[in-house]
Amino acid sequence: MSMSANLEKRINKQTFERYLSSLRYSMYVITHPFDGMWDLTHEKRGSIAAGNTILLLFFLTNLWNMRFEKFLFNRVRWERVNIWQQILGTLFPLLIYCVANWCLTTLFDGKGRLKDIYLGMCYSLTPYILLINPCTIISNFVTKDEGDFLAYFESLALVWCGALILVSVMQIHDYSLMKAIMAIIFSIVGMMIIVFLLLLFFSLISDAVAFFISIYKEILFRVY
Amino acid sequence: MRFMKKFAAALLGAAMVVAVCPTGVANATEINTYTYNYDYWGIEYESPDAYTPLSFTEGHTLGTTDMKLPQSLYARDNMLYIVDTGNSRILEVAVDVESMTLVREITEITGDVEVTALNSPNDVYVAENGDLYIADTGNFRILHVNKDLEFIKEITKPDDPTVDADIQFEPTKLSVERAGRVVVLAKNVNKGFMRFETDGTYIGFMGANKVTFNFADYLKKLFSTRAQRAQMESFVPTEYNNIYIDANSFIYCSTAVFEEADAQAGNATPIRKLNSYGDDILIRNGEMPPMGDWSWDNAAGMNGPSRIADITAMPDETYYAVDRIRGRLFGYDEQGHLLYAFGGTGTKLGYFTLPSSIEHIGTDLFVLDATTAAVTRFKRTEFGDMIHNALAEYREGHYDVSSDYWEQVLDRNGNYELAYIGIGRSLLRQEKYQEAMKYFEVKRDARNYSRAWKYYRKEWVEKNMGYVIVAILVLVAIMPIFKLIKKIRWEAKLEYEYERKLRKKNK
Repeated sequence: MSMSANLEKRINKQTFERYLSSLRYSMYVITHPFDGMWDLTHEKRGSIAAGNTILLLFFLTNLWNMRFEKFLFNRVRWERVNIWQQILGTLFPLLIYCVANWCLTTLFDGKGRLKDIYLGMCYSLTPYILLINPCTIISNFVTKDEGDFLAYFESLALVWCGALILVSVMQIHDYSLMKAIMAIIFSIVGMMIIVFLLLLFFSLISDAVAFFISIYKEILFRVY
Repeated sequence: MRFMKKFAAALLGAAMVVAVCPTGVANATEINTYTYNYDYWGIEYESPDAYTPLSFTEGHTLGTTDMKLPQSLYARDNMLYIVDTGNSRILEVAVDVESMTLVREITEITGDVEVTALNSPNDVYVAENGDLYIADTGNFRILHVNKDLEFIKEITKPDDPTVDADIQFEPTKLSVERAGRVVVLAKNVNKGFMRFETDGTYIGFMGANKVTFNFADYLKKLFSTRAQRAQMESFVPTEYNNIYIDANSFIYCSTAVFEEADAQAGNATPIRKLNSYGDDILIRNGEMPPMGDWSWDNAAGMNGPSRIADITAMPDETYYAVDRIRGRLFGYDEQGHLLYAFGGTGTKLGYFTLPSSIEHIGTDLFVLDATTAAVTRFKRTEFGDMIHNALAEYREGHYDVSSDYWEQVLDRNGNYELAYIGIGRSLLRQEKYQEAMKYFEVKRDARNYSRAWKYYRKEWVEKNMGYVIVAILVLVAIMPIFKLIKKIRWEAKLEYEYERKLRKKNK
């Protein structure tokens, strides 16, 4: 009894350590993108749990930035912020990107699975978390003029993330640079198609629901 | 596969959120007061009246025939001149505290000149010595007469290559600089103002818009045929529609030629203040530049942004603009902050149908409405006085007094942005940085907040320099200790592993 409990504890500890090391691996990925992105999926150095964590942190980073950045640099009306819209604005496009990229690359002999694409994307977001959060904190200690460099850091974060995503497509699917760029461009087209289909789907569903509701009301009206 | 399923579920969930979420949040608030203002977010809010309409003066109230399409007002001392274009006359009206009485009707001049009767004059300027400058549009001339209406000189179309030979000289607006130079705005001329020397000789144009290069237009032209290019709008420089020369000889002018998109983005400059070189030197420190309304909808035939018809500037450097589209008046301080906006379209007292001109005598405002052919007189309220007193005291350097006035303003209108900023600025002058920051933060005044914050930060660092140094020293001292602990633990771990291995071996 006590032996098995002990074993379970040890396994959990091992899983946790594996999780931590895969999370720590993101630091290696962002500094050695080519090597790191290859090992991320092919050598199983990354984990979905760490990827989820990074994605969550990315979302929270955006929220924290909106909430805690000094008003000198921030024109967000916090009372007007809708958490669902935030989710839609940040997480949803990223997830759709994964799907679109997977749909496209499976047709054009990409090596990556959906899981790999998801991992690559999540790990690519690390610089954003690392740069934006300090910016949010620093913004509380500088004047408007001194705060100009915050904008540079913000664009640096975006460029870094973009480059990492490009490298992730190259390494995960074993693509050349040109092919990766094309894959990303057409993934964006694919994203638009997916959004269009989703909107179509939901408007049709809501129409159908409205139809049945009106039938129900009609029956109520006629019968009683 | 399991992952795929979860993923699909998440995706569907997110998409459902799209369907369920309300897409927009209503932010339009109904304003039910006569006077309003905009906050930092560009949302209108109610305000107590800064000006209230006092009287409505038509031709028959002055004891003469009614006016017809009057175009302009001019005020000198306590005399108000109404240019009654439709009846080819100018009414000289004496204004006292309560009433307005007609002094004379100017329809004709005397002296050595061919045509003595005025023909649909559009504007008038009265010099300090009583000389009148009349834009006698129907006779294609500018008349200069003395106070007894005796002819002094006339200015006709200048014989100059820069002036288009094909068009008639139809002066519509004029003003005179202190030195006696006449600044004229003529119909069908879009090169700016025409300036004439004291003796009537032509100087040249001034204040024309600089033609700017637009890359998007260039691209469009590159890919269009010759016929398309010919159809495209050519670069048309600004046509001004009114001028007002203030006490310091700066020219306030207004234009209605700008893109609606520019106005929405806050890049349009319908109100300008020109120096003697024709450069725009208006200070635009507000959230939006002085341009009338910040946002608008198209309803009841009133479309697009405000179109400023006229401007008047008071000696305290505040100025007032009137919007002919929605019949609204806008007051600005010298920094370009909107002090208050009021008015509207309608036939009630204080509302207009087509305002054409605005003037001031003392602190009273006079607005001429072309369609109703009447002058509406506005009196400044106690609330308006407080605002102006606060601004004036700040200009004088009496920051405490200014702050007291702003406090009084806040008692009457807790939303008044400038009051918070004004109090903050006087606190800043009194070196109460932290309190000043509080006031600036309420109204999100980034520039002043930064200033206060800089001083506060400096003060804080100077006060706490000792602690900071001690903290750094302590940190430096502690660092090796941490390292030591880490090393010891590492060594202990190694030892432990080694021992375990030994034990395993021995087993």
